[in-house]
Amino acid sequence: MASMSMNAAVRSALDVMLGRDDNVVVFGEDVGFFGGVFRCTEGLQAKYGSHRVFDTPIAEGGIIGVAVGMGAYGLRPVPEIQFADYVYPGLDQLISEAARLRYRSAAEFTAPITVRMPCGGGIHGGQTHSQSPEALFTHVCGLKTVMPSTPYEAKGLLIAAIEDDDPVVFLEPKRLYNGPFDGHHDRPVVPWSAHPLGDVPDGYYTIPLGTAAIRRPGSDVTVLAYGTMVYVAETAAAEVGIDAEIIDLRTLLPLDTDTIEQSVRKTGRCVIVHEATRTSGFGAELAATVQELCFYSLEAPIERVTGWDTPYPHAQEWDYFPGPARVGAALRRVVGA
Amino acid sequence: MTATDPLRFHVPAPSARPGEPPDFSYVAVPAAGAVRRPAIDAMATDIRDLADTMIRVLDDEARAIGPWSPPTSPDDLRRGLRAMMKTRAYDDRMQRAQRQGKTSFYMRCTGEEAIAVGHALELGPRDMYFPTYRQQGWLIARDWPLVDMMCQIFSNEKDRLHGRQMPVMYSARAAGFVSISGNLGTQYVQAVGWAMASAIKGDTCIASGVVGEGTTAEADFHYALTFAAAYRAPVILNVVNNQWAISSSQAVAGGESATFAARAIGHGIAALRVDGNDNLAVLAATRWARERALANHGPTLIEWVTYRAGAHSTSDDPSKYRPADEWKSWPLGDPIERLASHLIGTGSLSELQQSELQAEVEAEVMSAAREAESYGTLLDGRVAGFKSIFEDVFKEMPPHLMRQREQAGL
Ligand SMILES: Cc1ncc(C[n+]2csc(CCOP(=O)(O)OP(=O)(O)O)c2C)c(N)n1
Repeated sequence: MASMSMNAAVRSALDVMLGRDDNVVVFGEDVGFFGGVFRCTEGLQAKYGSHRVFDTPIAEGGIIGVAVGMGAYGLRPVPEIQFADYVYPGLDQLISEAARLRYRSAAEFTAPITVRMPCGGGIHGGQTHSQSPEALFTHVCGLKTVMPSTPYEAKGLLIAAIEDDDPVVFLEPKRLYNGPFDGHHDRPVVPWSAHPLGDVPDGYYTIPLGTAAIRRPGSDVTVLAYGTMVYVAETAAAEVGIDAEIIDLRTLLPLDTDTIEQSVRKTGRCVIVHEATRTSGFGAELAATVQELCFYSLEAPIERVTGWDTPYPHAQEWDYFPGPARVGAALRRVVGA
Repeated sequence: MTATDPLRFHVPAPSARPGEPPDFSYVAVPAAGAVRRPAIDAMATDIRDLADTMIRVLDDEARAIGPWSPPTSPDDLRRGLRAMMKTRAYDDRMQRAQRQGKTSFYMRCTGEEAIAVGHALELGPRDMYFPTYRQQGWLIARDWPLVDMMCQIFSNEKDRLHGRQMPVMYSARAAGFVSISGNLGTQYVQAVGWAMASAIKGDTCIASGVVGEGTTAEADFHYALTFAAAYRAPVILNVVNNQWAISSSQAVAGGESATFAARAIGHGIAALRVDGNDNLAVLAATRWARERALANHGPTLIEWVTYRAGAHSTSDDPSKYRPADEWKSWPLGDPIERLASHLIGTGSLSELQQSELQAEVEAEVMSAAREAESYGTLLDGRVAGFKSIFEDVFKEMPPHLMRQREQAGL
């Protein structure tokens, strides 16, 4: 066990997998010598060589495209997209190619790639360093989509993603790299070293994809959240004094519907929280799923708390971010408090 | 060597890393005045050599020589020098403001001032520039109010972009300066589209797009060249090769095998490779490309060879990936010093006038900063209001956004 920040945990997962499997290669913009703009690959090129860990040209379509080709050859590429906001030039390779290669070749060729990318706001990054595009990926048949919320999860899920034989989009909430963040931006950051969830085993372990975690058991209402919003929900529930059961989905696709169903059947109420914009967001999928599975247990309408349907603004970041006040108000409405 | 020897994987590397002596032996620097100046209607296929050399006007003594020496008046050159000095003073001040917490982020263009400034002074008032985040020199050369630029940096109530955009992502249509996106490369092909529109309408203005050498890797760069060539669009395609793309050297973008100017050759586009730290060469090459475009001879790709003297941005620490003193060994020198020496050498400027000019631009920047800061900064929290975030998503606000605005308590 060691205390690790979330970016150190990502690095540790890559380190473990580069060591265990010669077919793992890591590449992306500035990931080689420099070690990545968020330091997630620091030291790995020195340790494994520049044929395993290397810089790429600035071309997200190229990065994902070569990953698909390498994956078809038999490697396990782990490309990094510098910010999720920059994945769009790579979407054709991801959607039309990586996601469908297995299907269209009847498994003759596959793309066992893990595309990592930092996502989410909270660093004054404006519209090009803040987006949460997870719903674009969950809408594509053939992609798995993962978003961890702790260093422990980041490492275990990333190893599972790399070992997975299908393409995985691995979203890392950048505001969590250095410490948990509950939306109270005016309070000092608690580093992971001072947080129990920062304890991470040094070696190999996995967290299976498709399993949610109950972060806080409760009986009044189920909160479905992932990434940074898990902490926002915890704080919001504590602040309004509601006994919320907080579920960290961890994997959005495949989705752990059993855990969701059991919880909502128990609480009879559900609030869904994400940082991404609202319309056609993943929350809509979750609301539909809860309605399908738990309609007769529901005692109140399902609520969604999300980012507003606008580009992510720079100066008004904290008005935009769905913080504890907005989540708390939704919890109150749903439990009728 | 047999056909069954194992393959090797080539990974490009820069000429020097931290702790190693800077090495610019890969930059061949021909003598000033050595490169021919073809007629503006030259066939692209007949001037391929210009993609592999470097057009330079100022020699080592800062004398202007050769066929590219532009017929430019001392007044115009002094104007350019002033704009370059002001740009550097502006960058210094804004970088300091970032350290003081008055803004979240800043990007300077130190060492590259000659390019945007020279380009701005040569292009016409109705030409449209599709810049990157490192072309603030254009706005300054066009005398765009510093206060307006700074209010954008401070995201305050007077920021015309309502605090929506990250600092330095200006938009100034009246200055011929298109809103900066932040997504690399996307606007290069838009410049071609603007130029095509000008031709479709029988207009008389051209467009000019910019990418860094790192961004030539994006598909948009290649779309731009293909469309520009196919439609002979009246556009200048600039590649600012400042040797570094954050931590990646120009080699990572493919600079080991060919110049960036040479990317144009396969498209049949005229290419010039130019000393970007030589303001006179910038003026001359821009003028050539503009005249060529206006005479319906089509696009020109210009590689400006320069060096990013500062960090990539205030979030970057270049000492982690390149020799700390690399800038001092850069063979093309400092563009401001070179132009100033030229003007002093020709008797168009005295050293006293140069230092007065320095004091003048610093005072101008200082007073603009005072005024802009009085409207608010991130430090005092007087930033653009929340209300406007729902505006301009669409021309008319759809019901779902009205509902959200109401939920937000506005
Ligand atoms: C599509 C996209 N990918 C990645 C980035 C992140 N990024 C911002 S600037 C930069 C380097 C650009 O280098 P270059 O084009 O050479 O221009 P320079 O910064 O040197 O002026 C990178 C990778 C981005 N903004 N957009």
